[in-house]
Amino acid sequence: MQPRTFTGPSDVADALDAAGYLPDTGVATAAYLAIAMGRPLFLEGDPGVGKTALAQALAEITDARLVRLQCYEGIDASQALYDWDFPRQILHLRAVEAANTSDLEASLYQRRFLIARPILQALEHSPSVLLIDEIDRADDEFEAFLLEVLAENAVSIPELGTIRAETPPLVVLTSNRTREVHDALKRRCLYHWVDHPDFAREVEIVQRHVPDAADKLTRDVAAVVGRLREADLLKPPGIAESIDWTRALHVLGARALTRDIAAASLGAAIKYREDQVRVERDLLPDLLERLG
Amino acid sequence: MSAPVDVLTGFARALRAAGVAADRTRLTTSVAALARVDPRDRDQVYWATRLTLCSEPDDLPKFDALFDAWFGLHRPPLPVPSMDRPLPQVAAVRTLAADVSGEPDDTDEDLLCTAAADTELLRTHDIAALSAEERAEVHRMIALLAPRVGTRRTLRLTRGGRKRLDVPRTVRQMLRDGGEPGALRYQRRRDRPRRLVLLLDVSGSMAPYADVLLRFAHAAVRVAPASTEAFTVGTRLTRVTRQLRLRDPELALRAAGAAVPDWSGGTRLGEALRAFLDRWGQRGTARGAVVVIASDGWERGDAALLGEQMARLARLAHTVVWVNPHKGKSGFAPLTAGMMAALPHLDDLVSGHSFDALRNVAEVIAHA
Repeated sequence: MQPRTFTGPSDVADALDAAGYLPDTGVATAAYLAIAMGRPLFLEGDPGVGKTALAQALAEITDARLVRLQCYEGIDASQALYDWDFPRQILHLRAVEAANTSDLEASLYQRRFLIARPILQALEHSPSVLLIDEIDRADDEFEAFLLEVLAENAVSIPELGTIRAETPPLVVLTSNRTREVHDALKRRCLYHWVDHPDFAREVEIVQRHVPDAADKLTRDVAAVVGRLREADLLKPPGIAESIDWTRALHVLGARALTRDIAAASLGAAIKYREDQVRVERDLLPDLLERLG
Repeated sequence: MSAPVDVLTGFARALRAAGVAADRTRLTTSVAALARVDPRDRDQVYWATRLTLCSEPDDLPKFDALFDAWFGLHRPPLPVPSMDRPLPQVAAVRTLAADVSGEPDDTDEDLLCTAAADTELLRTHDIAALSAEERAEVHRMIALLAPRVGTRRTLRLTRGGRKRLDVPRTVRQMLRDGGEPGALRYQRRRDRPRRLVLLLDVSGSMAPYADVLLRFAHAAVRVAPASTEAFTVGTRLTRVTRQLRLRDPELALRAAGAAVPDWSGGTRLGEALRAFLDRWGQRGTARGAVVVIASDGWERGDAALLGEQMARLARLAHTVVWVNPHKGKSGFAPLTAGMMAALPHLDDLVSGHSFDALRNVAEVIAHA
């Protein structure tokens, strides 16, 4: 299949918009350049600003399959690349022994005994979008290993040979900044800091996800959440939280944000006890008053 | 009009001078990116250069300021700032090479004895009271300290042990032997160094010790560069890990000095600690780490805030050690507001006024 080509950032913006992801100029330009230049895209930003959602939307607009690799401490090549299915190999070995067939060795290392982990999957099923989530959680050895794979766009398996992607996957890396990611990796990537959206964009995004919610309710939530982000909380609510909160309020039958119903559903937006106490007691009355 | 490449090269140089890692690879990418957007559209030029030249959130304000200056409408580009601007001096910088290599040409025994006695004094004396030469000697001794943290278990496996079977290796061996069952291979959890986080107070009241503590941090970063993080706190939080990774202590200290904007300023420990926890700690840097705070606890901000943040830190960290240079002095009691607020959340309160005290700090964190 011919991969879709884009003429410029605004073209990508329209496509993302149609796929249900509302990008600002920065995200659209980043996505366009990542596609046009074949560069990995390195996304950083507070949790819940839509880094993962962007990878999903990119997969949709490029008609590619999304392969996700969640990083964690101690992840290594056999969990990211491929592994041999040893139990099946032994079974096969016994079966072959019983049937007394020759060329035992070669028959053991066939593709069907290979378990493809995310990176190999992404290379085998091109076009694809490879989402490497929370790279900052993995060790630095793993970064070095990734660097090698990204540079080659191929994996060599000693027993099978080299598996190369027809079209290199579009790679999206995300980081929550728990650790400084090595500069060698960053240097290869386009770097984008994903910010919280402004009021108008947030209202539009929430409306996309909870279309049945009352207009006033959506606007109230966006306004309150926007202010809460400036209130110095332990964990400021992201877009994901605005959507969750609006959905919760809508399910509760709210048509506008009132004090009682806001307090009852606060857990959808605020995830720390200290924050909840502060918001409910000090911030909420004042914020709701200003909504009018 | 100069060619776009020239303008961009100058821009990248200006960014580098401002501390952004806009190296040649990034510059090349930037040129390629610029070729793919509309050069007349200011927004697109902004994003094409920002996406390629920046690599961390701290870069963005610097980038924005310089972008306006270079590509701002009707404004001529600024001259490129000189790359070799003088760095502020941290303290009296002395080369120690002479001390290290210079053997005493006089073999008089008395002289050697005095030298030995001097070393003894140096170990226990308050660093603030030392002369410049004695200080240099202490600096050399600190550079040789290798403050190391203990280890923790990880998910990652390595060979050995006798409980967990290593199926891949066992089977590979079996395949090699044509399917004959052979000796079983085992694997076990691997040990990795625990993370060490140093928070150094560089406010005015800590001035006599800040230099030495920074050297201590340098020694720690040198011995375990991947698992050590160093920050300075005062009126604000500054990460100095990258600067301290330089091999030479003098260069590293100068670089760190250049990075810290609030030398000998006031102390707002609570706020700085909150900034650390919000930006770094909560996201993982402090999680399960050994955290060392070096401060005299003279808090000018809100002590209640400091208490709150210390409680947060204690919940995240494996061990919290407070180094107070005044603890070694007679008549010390943790009575400053900051100290009182922090005390309930500490695992250890140690002194840090002399070389011996610092060596003790190294031991405390090694056994944390």
